[in-house]
Amino acid sequence: MSAHESPEIVLEMRDVHKAFGAKVVHRGVSFSLRKGEMLGLFGGSGTGKSVLIRSIIGLEQPDRGEVLFEGRNLLTLTERQLYKVRTKIGFVFQNGALFDSLTVEENLAYPLRAHTTLTDEEIQARIEKMLELIDMKGTNDLLPNELSGGMQKRAGMARATILEPSVILFDEPTAGLDPVNTRRLTGNITKLKDRGITGIFVTHDIPAAFEICDRVAILREGVIHVIDTVENIKRSKDPFVQSFVQGAYYT
Amino acid sequence: MSTNGSGSGPANSLIEFSGGFAHLVRDVAREIVRPPLYFRLILDQVFHIGVNSFLLVAVTGLASGSVMALQFGFGLAKFGGTLYVPKITSLSILREMGPVFTSLLVAGRIGSGIAAEVSSMKVTQQIDAIRALGTSPVKRIVVPRLLACMIALPLLTLFADYIALWGAMIICKVELGIGQSFFIAKTLETVKSADLFSGMLKTVVFAFFIAITACWKGFNTEGGTEGVGNSTTWVVVTSSIFILVSDFFLTKLFIITLYT
Repeated sequence: MSAHESPEIVLEMRDVHKAFGAKVVHRGVSFSLRKGEMLGLFGGSGTGKSVLIRSIIGLEQPDRGEVLFEGRNLLTLTERQLYKVRTKIGFVFQNGALFDSLTVEENLAYPLRAHTTLTDEEIQARIEKMLELIDMKGTNDLLPNELSGGMQKRAGMARATILEPSVILFDEPTAGLDPVNTRRLTGNITKLKDRGITGIFVTHDIPAAFEICDRVAILREGVIHVIDTVENIKRSKDPFVQSFVQGAYYT
Repeated sequence: MSTNGSGSGPANSLIEFSGGFAHLVRDVAREIVRPPLYFRLILDQVFHIGVNSFLLVAVTGLASGSVMALQFGFGLAKFGGTLYVPKITSLSILREMGPVFTSLLVAGRIGSGIAAEVSSMKVTQQIDAIRALGTSPVKRIVVPRLLACMIALPLLTLFADYIALWGAMIICKVELGIGQSFFIAKTLETVKSADLFSGMLKTVVFAFFIAITACWKGFNTEGGTEGVGNSTTWVVVTSSIFILVSDFFLTKLFIITLYT
């Protein structure tokens, strides 16, 4: 059974509303994420894609609605209760958001030291394995400012996934990357997906999303305009959807 | 929460800051008792704040002690009171000038540094990353800096007091003809341990204001690199006001409880 046919829903957003002052960003966003699937999230700039996935782990607080994960509405949890949830939902930031005073190794060790009782040797082994996975072996002692943009993003992804969360949220991970680095990063995400990771992939990079994702959702005017499989999205007759498929944003 | 005090008028900004400050203090009180305490981070910060400020504090202490001895010396000479200079100078240094000057320097150097560092972490999403990794930015960022400030500032003040007294003693000898042994004898005769410790205690309070103000502003910085610049300026001004105003109330308190 492919991921998008899986009946098990891992994460669900119901009627989520969010406004920043007078600017309404979400007017009732609802969708669900099935186990093992990668959901691409498209939308024009400023439509609230990043805000939406930040809302899932409580980095933004929606005005109303529900975010259901493991049978609980995350919007009712306190910040401290969310700490536990965040070990199960990884978040990959657009620029990597590595701690600039820590080396690559220390960045990767950070969540392991905070949330596990692994020994130093076990942490080291886990880091080496992760660095190999993202093609960054030997960069342990480098500081973030000594890394290229692509390497920073991959290290950020490694840090977000090192605790082996069940869901990973990608916030435009390929933005600003050259084709070679984009290819490398999408290759890394594919490797994670092959391990059965569930995720949401926010991006403007349509070809990369089509390669990685099982389904695609398009956000428009504060709601999910359409959500369907990659194949159906590609075949869609909807001019707005087609504008995304062809890479030209429809206005 | 709107953040940089740019809301609608100074009254709103003051309310916003007061509320944010109180919230942060509450969060710090909760996090400070929860393990782990990140000892390495605290030691790093003590080193950064303390050791790296030694030269600056030494120069300032020497200059302020010298100037005070000069001013008191020539001022009191008109009334034949030159011999009182060691007593007045040493008391002033230990009770007021040492703690206040050192704290103002630290507010300028360290407060702005903390604000810039935390602001930069905010605009580069490192604070969000700390939260996204299931950890507390208050515990990771504020608590080590607060404790380090509260440890380093009294020690720096002790050092500043010592250097300032040396400066005063040199000026007394060179400019006022007061011998070294007379200066030391009169200082020891005048100064009580309460004078020294009240000054150091003041700096613990000042350190609290400096660290919390800087961290709060850092957490609430908006507007990219320009916002970072504005935050640092705001922190230096606000911390300095805090130091000077709270110094009055602390002095009043110590006069009632310790000095009498």
